[in-house]
Amino acid sequence: MNNLKDKVAIVGLGWTRFSTNSGVSVKNLALESCKNAIDDAGLTVKDVDGIATYNIGDSVSPYVVATGLGLPELRWNIEYFAGANGATSTLLTAACAIIGGLADTVLVFRAMNGRTGTRLGGAGMSLNTTGIEQYCVPYGLTTFPQAVAMVARRHMIKYGTTSHQMGAVALTCRENAILNERAVVRSPLSIEDHQNSKMIVDPLRLYDCCQETDGACAVLITSADRAKDLRHSPVYLMSGTHGAGWQSGEFFGKTTAFWPEWDELSETYARTMASELYGKAGITSKDVDVAELYDCFTIEPIVQLEDFGFCEKGEGGAFVESGAVRRDGHLPMNTHGGLLSEGYIHGFNHVLEGASQLRGDAGARQIKDAEIALVTGYCGPVANAVILRR
Amino acid sequence: MSMVYDTEHPVPIPPIIWDNMGYWEGINRHELVFQRCKECGTWRHPPRPVCPKCRSFEKEWTPSTGKGAVYSWVTYQESPHPGFKAPYSVVLLEMEEGVRLVSNMVDIKPEEISIGMPVEVVFEDIAEGLTLPKFRKVG
Ligand SMILES: [Zn+2]
Repeated sequence: MNNLKDKVAIVGLGWTRFSTNSGVSVKNLALESCKNAIDDAGLTVKDVDGIATYNIGDSVSPYVVATGLGLPELRWNIEYFAGANGATSTLLTAACAIIGGLADTVLVFRAMNGRTGTRLGGAGMSLNTTGIEQYCVPYGLTTFPQAVAMVARRHMIKYGTTSHQMGAVALTCRENAILNERAVVRSPLSIEDHQNSKMIVDPLRLYDCCQETDGACAVLITSADRAKDLRHSPVYLMSGTHGAGWQSGEFFGKTTAFWPEWDELSETYARTMASELYGKAGITSKDVDVAELYDCFTIEPIVQLEDFGFCEKGEGGAFVESGAVRRDGHLPMNTHGGLLSEGYIHGFNHVLEGASQLRGDAGARQIKDAEIALVTGYCGPVANAVILRR
Repeated sequence: MSMVYDTEHPVPIPPIIWDNMGYWEGINRHELVFQRCKECGTWRHPPRPVCPKCRSFEKEWTPSTGKGAVYSWVTYQESPHPGFKAPYSVVLLEMEEGVRLVSNMVDIKPEEISIGMPVEVVFEDIAEGLTLPKFRKVG
């Protein structure tokens, strides 16, 4: 069986400032993050021959970056129209392009003015009933938070998950963000703050929702051979998956997504694909040292902890509440503060944090001896994740 | 209470294309219909061209009993869009035919909605040219 294990490595990391008002164009953010990733690797634009990105029409294409940075030649590129199912799968696709010989060294980035430009939460968008939306929007189901609130409700009813337990996810992320100078929110958060925060869409409160953010981040990846002699110790891609289960539903366009046909809203396709993910990496969930789990809303890491095998189904809330995923617990989670507190760069900032922890250069938020990281994108009826190692 | 719409910000009328024509025609004559495969009898919704069980393109618009139960629901205390007056709830229903349907409840407070609550269809004329299937608690 073909396997991409350890054939491609992350060799450069690049961020812009994360904020709620960047004051610059998305193009500017994209170029800055990509330049920083190349510089971090100790390479030049002459070494880069591929670019991959994902967006929902709110960003710039690989051609814009190639032209802007003056790449001599763009041998391969892809612009993937995707929600956060692109968060790790864009990296995975770029790795496959390198293995397939389509490019040698590829930039993968996500750039967005997620607060001052297109707001993915749906705020300010006009009503659209042209496509599959016609079966939801006329009833007021217009935004992504509502779809996830349906999931949260289902999980609460089926397993007794509580708002307190979802609050514990928010608190864990905030504790980590306090150590992270890049995080957009660093003030202490208490469970009382969470419980007293306003209901956005019942059962999700304000502090169950991530931070709309302006910013960009990029990684530079290349073959394991080339990676050996570069500035930083390589972070290898062990495995990755990206797919969907039976009757995953027809995802919507820009404004929202919902998957009423998915058999059980409180479960994700990760329940099925995690075994392939771990199997191809040659590890089990017990070998994971840090988990950077997609956390657009607090219920999402709870469901993922179950479906990626860190606890029994239905026990994700209690697992988080036990402190197991705090930085001193046995599975530190969202060590940068996650989308809930570091900022929402559509999940791609999780990839960089995973790589940074494995390089050992995460500064005050470094988890000692982190060797293997699980990084996930959005998981519902679809799922995407990668496993990285140092 | 029921969903209140603001006519200043109307819900756009869904454009009729081949796949959804029978559905909205049914709604407009106050009949809830779903697609059913002519070959194997599998129900499906939203409407689409082919049966996912047997791949047959032959289907018929078949009346639903209009009865189902609440599978999940959410409530907005503040509206995300001026077209809808808060508070309002959106329900995800599991119909007797096995398909799921997004809708709203009528004549009920958000806090009275619960999982498994039995419901039946009613029809609301929202605006000129737009009728929607809504649901009320049974019993
Ligand atoms: Zn059939």
